[in-house]
Amino acid sequence: MPSVAMTVNGKAASGEVETRTLLVHFLRENLRLTGTHVGCDTSQCGACVVHVNGKAVKSCTMLAVQAEGAQVTTIEGLAKDGTLHPVQAAFKEHHGLQCGFCTPGMIMTAVDMIRRIPNLDEKTIRSELEGNLCRCTGYQNIVKAIDAASKEMKGAHA
Amino acid sequence: MTAPVIGASIRRKEDHRFITGQGRYTDDINRHGQTHAYFVRSPHAHAKLRGVDTSAARAAKGVVGVLTGADLAADKLGGLICGWMITSKDGTPMKAGAHPALAVDTVRYVGDHIAIVIAETYGQAKDAAELVKVEYEELPPVVDPAKAQSDATQVHAEAPRNTIYQWEIGNKPETEAAFAKAAQIVKLDLTNNRLIPNAMEPRACVGEYDDATSGYTLYVTSQNPHVARLVMSAFIGIAPEHKLRVVAPDVGGGFGSKIFIYAEEVVCTWASKKVRRPVKWTAERSESFLSDAHGRDHVTHAELALDADAKMLGLRVKTIANLGAYMSTFSSSVPTYLYGTLLSGQYDLSAIYAEVDAVYTNTAPVDAYRGAGRPEATYVIERIVEEAARQLKLDPVAFRRKNFVRKFPHQTPVIMNYDAGDYDASLDAALKLADYAGFPARKAAAKAQGKLRGLGFSTYIEACGLAPSAAVGSLGAGVGLWESAEVRVTPTGGVEVFTGAHSHGQGHETTFAQVVAGRLGIPMENVEIIHGDTNSVQFGMGTYGSRAAVGLTAVSRALDKIEAKAKKIAAHVLEASAADIVFENGEFKVAGTDRKLAFHEVALNAYVAHKFPTSEIEPGLKESVFHDPTNFTFPAGTHICEVEIDPDTGVTTIVSFTAVDDFGNVINPMIVEGQVQGGIAQGIGQALLEHGVYDKDSGQLITGSYMDYTMPRADDLPSYKLGFTVTPCPSNPLGMKGCGEAGAIASPAAVMNAVTDALGVKEFNMPATPSRVWAAIHRTRAAAE
Ligand code: FES
Ligand code: FES
Repeated sequence: MPSVAMTVNGKAASGEVETRTLLVHFLRENLRLTGTHVGCDTSQCGACVVHVNGKAVKSCTMLAVQAEGAQVTTIEGLAKDGTLHPVQAAFKEHHGLQCGFCTPGMIMTAVDMIRRIPNLDEKTIRSELEGNLCRCTGYQNIVKAIDAASKEMKGAHA
Repeated sequence: MTAPVIGASIRRKEDHRFITGQGRYTDDINRHGQTHAYFVRSPHAHAKLRGVDTSAARAAKGVVGVLTGADLAADKLGGLICGWMITSKDGTPMKAGAHPALAVDTVRYVGDHIAIVIAETYGQAKDAAELVKVEYEELPPVVDPAKAQSDATQVHAEAPRNTIYQWEIGNKPETEAAFAKAAQIVKLDLTNNRLIPNAMEPRACVGEYDDATSGYTLYVTSQNPHVARLVMSAFIGIAPEHKLRVVAPDVGGGFGSKIFIYAEEVVCTWASKKVRRPVKWTAERSESFLSDAHGRDHVTHAELALDADAKMLGLRVKTIANLGAYMSTFSSSVPTYLYGTLLSGQYDLSAIYAEVDAVYTNTAPVDAYRGAGRPEATYVIERIVEEAARQLKLDPVAFRRKNFVRKFPHQTPVIMNYDAGDYDASLDAALKLADYAGFPARKAAAKAQGKLRGLGFSTYIEACGLAPSAAVGSLGAGVGLWESAEVRVTPTGGVEVFTGAHSHGQGHETTFAQVVAGRLGIPMENVEIIHGDTNSVQFGMGTYGSRAAVGLTAVSRALDKIEAKAKKIAAHVLEASAADIVFENGEFKVAGTDRKLAFHEVALNAYVAHKFPTSEIEPGLKESVFHDPTNFTFPAGTHICEVEIDPDTGVTTIVSFTAVDDFGNVINPMIVEGQVQGGIAQGIGQALLEHGVYDKDSGQLITGSYMDYTMPRADDLPSYKLGFTVTPCPSNPLGMKGCGEAGAIASPAAVMNAVTDALGVKEFNMPATPSRVWAAIHRTRAAAE
C-alpha cells in the first residue's frame, strides 16, 4: 500500500492508503476528521468540499495520493484559536443550517467564493452554489449568510 | 426580567458543533473491531432466485462473512412489517405479501436485498460482493400503477390483481345526491409524481453485539429509535427490547425517509452476532436512490359538484396509490388516513366520497415523505378548485371565499374536526404581500416581452401531530401517537429534558430549551435536551408528521409537575403555606413578603431533603409525562406563486412566491421560517424538477443519481416572501401547531396553478420541466393553427 503525506489544518499528516482511496476517505477514516461528509457518489452534492492549496475542491473527486505534499484545510481547521471564521458565525446568525450535513461543504465553498469574488450579490451566490446541495434549508438563509459574511469580511479589510 | 424567551428568534444551541465539523452522524461512529458491509442487490425488477453461491466471496481477501436470506430464515427471524392495518370497503383486511430482509426466493425491485458481504474494509466487502453468483430467472415486471390491477404479473401471490386494499372514506349516498342536483360538474385528472426523498445524509448503521451482556446496540440514521427497537424486537425477533439499545445520533435530514425500519439495519444488527464483530454499513447515494422508501406516486380522477351560485356541493375522488414492491413501515396509512381525511381543504363541503386502491408494483417501496398524503390531498382539492374558478370565470379568490369554513369547530365529512382557524386572514395577508392587485399589469408587461405570466393559489389546510392514540388505533394504527417527556432537575439547578421526539434538523435542542428556560426563568445554557437513545429516554414515538408540538406539550406538562412539587418544597423551606407560594421569573416567593428562593436553591433543597417531611414529599426533583394529544393540530394558510414562462425555451421561472401560514403561537420564528423555506423548496422541486422514473419495460430506475434526478439547487429557487397569522391552537397549552410540512404540502398546487394559468391549459402533470412545458406550448399552438 502506498503511503501519503500532506499538511492538514496546519499539521503534518500521513498514512497508508490504497491507491484507489479518495482524499475524503483518507480524511475521514485515517485522520478521523469526520466533519467532511460524503453525500453522493457522482461528485455533485458538495458535502465533501475542503481546501487544497487554497482552492475549494470536492475531496471525493481526488485520490488521497494526489494530495501528496498539499496543504489541506477542512472544516475542523477553519476556526482559529477558538474564534469562528466569519462565514461560520454568519451561518449560525442567519440560520443557514438545519440538519448540518451539507454545512461543512457549504461553508468551505462559501469561504472560497468570498475570496474569489469581491462583489457578491444574491444571483451570483446562487449560481456559485451550483455544486452544493442542501435538502433542508431551501438555500434562502445560506444565501443570506454568505452575503452577510462577504460584506462583513470586506468591511474588515477596508 | 429580560425579554421573553418563548417566541424569540434565539440562535440555535446545536449549531456550534455543526459549523465546526463536530457533528456526530452515524457514519462518523467507529466501533472497536468494526467490519464493513456491502449488500448484494438485485439488478432485475422481478426475478426468481434460482441459486445464490457465496463460496467465492467467502474465500476473498478480507472477508469475514457472507449471509443470505436462507441464513436469516434458518435463524427464524421475522420479516419487515407494515404497522398500520387498513380494511377494504368490503370489510376484508389489506392483503400484504411477506417482506423478508434478505430475499428468499424472489426479488421484486431493482435494489432488493439478496446478501450481505462483511469484510475488514469497505473496499474488500464491495469487491467480494461481485463474486457472489446469483442465478436469476427473470420475470416480467409491472411498473405503472394505473396498469397494475390488470397486468398479468403478480408481485405477491397474496394480493390478487396486485391490489393491497380498496379503501373508501366519506358519505357515498350524500355525495351521489349532491352530484345529481349539481348545476355544474368540474372534472380533473391528476398524477402526483413519485419523489425520492434524498436527505443529504445517506442512511447508515452500525450493529454491535456484546457477548458480555448478550445485548445489541444499533447506531442508526433514524427519526424514531424507540419504534425501530420495538419493531426489531417484537416483530423481527432480533432480541428482547431490554437487550437492544438503539441510538440515533445526529441525523442529516429525514423528511420521512428515516422513519422506516429498513432491511440493512436489521441485517447488520443480526449479523454482528454471527460474525462477533461490529458491522457498519453506509449507503452510497446510488443505493439511497434504489432503496430508500420513495414518496407520493398517485393517479387520481376528481370531480367537484357546484350549484348555480358557485357553492361547492360535493367532491368525489378515485385514486390509485403505488406502494411499490413491499409494504414499508407506515405505507398503508399515507394514501388513506393522511390523504382522504384532508380532502375537504378549507372548504365547507358537506358531501365527500373518496376511493383509494393501493397497488403493488416492481418498484421501490413508497411511504411517507414530507407531508405524506396531505400534499397529495392539497394538490387534488386546490387544483380542482382553481380549475372550477376558471371554468366558472370567477376570480379564484372570490370563489374560495364563497366556500371557506368560517365556523369552528367544523366537522368535515372525512373524519377531521377543525378546531380553529381564520382562512380569510391568511388569504388577505398573502394577497397584499404578493401584490395580487398588480398582477394584471405585470402579466401584460410580460406579454409585451413575449413571456407568459401565470399566478396560482393554494389555500391549504393540513393536520399534524398524528394524534389521539385511541383515534388512530380505531383507524388501524398499530401504535399510539402520544409523546413522552422526563424533566430531571439536578441538585445545582440544571435541567435535563429527556424527550421521545427526535431532532434531525428541526432545532429541538433550541426550541425545547426555550420552553423550559422561559417557563422556569433560568438561562438557556442551564438546559440540556437529550434525545435519540433508547438507553436515556424511556420511550418515545419520534419525529414525523410535524409532531414536535406533541413532544413540547409533554415537556410543558412535566414542567407543571416540577413547579407544583418545587412549590411544596419551597413552602417548607420558607416556612409558609404552599398556597402562598408564587413562582415568578425563576423565583419562589411567599406572596406579599420579600421571602424567596431561587430555582436552584429549591433544587438543592429537594436533593438535600433536610427541610421537608420525606414521608409526604419524596426527595429529588424529577417528573415525567406521557402526553396523548386530544386532537390533531390544523395549520392552514395561503401560498401564492407567480411564474413566468419563456415560450422559446419552456423554462419556468418563479418570479415570486408568497406564503402566509397560521401555525398558532410560534416558539422560535427564525426556526419556523427555516422550516417553511425548506418545505417550499421541496414543493417547488416536486412541481418543476423532481421525478422518480422507472423504465416501463425493464423496471430499471432511470433517475438513479443526481445526474438524472433533478434536485433543487440554489439557482433554481427564489427567495420567498413569508408572513404569519395567528389563531392559537385550542388543544395544547402553548397554542402551537405543526410547521414542518406545510411548505411541501401547500406549494406544489400553487406552482401548478400558476403554470397552467400561464399556459392556458387545464391539465398538466408535474414536474413542469422545460421540455414538457415547451412541448405543451407547441401542442397548443399547433391545435390553434
Ligand atoms: S460527496 Fe463529494 S460531491 Fe458529493
Ligand atoms: S442543512 Fe440539512 S442538508 Fe443542508
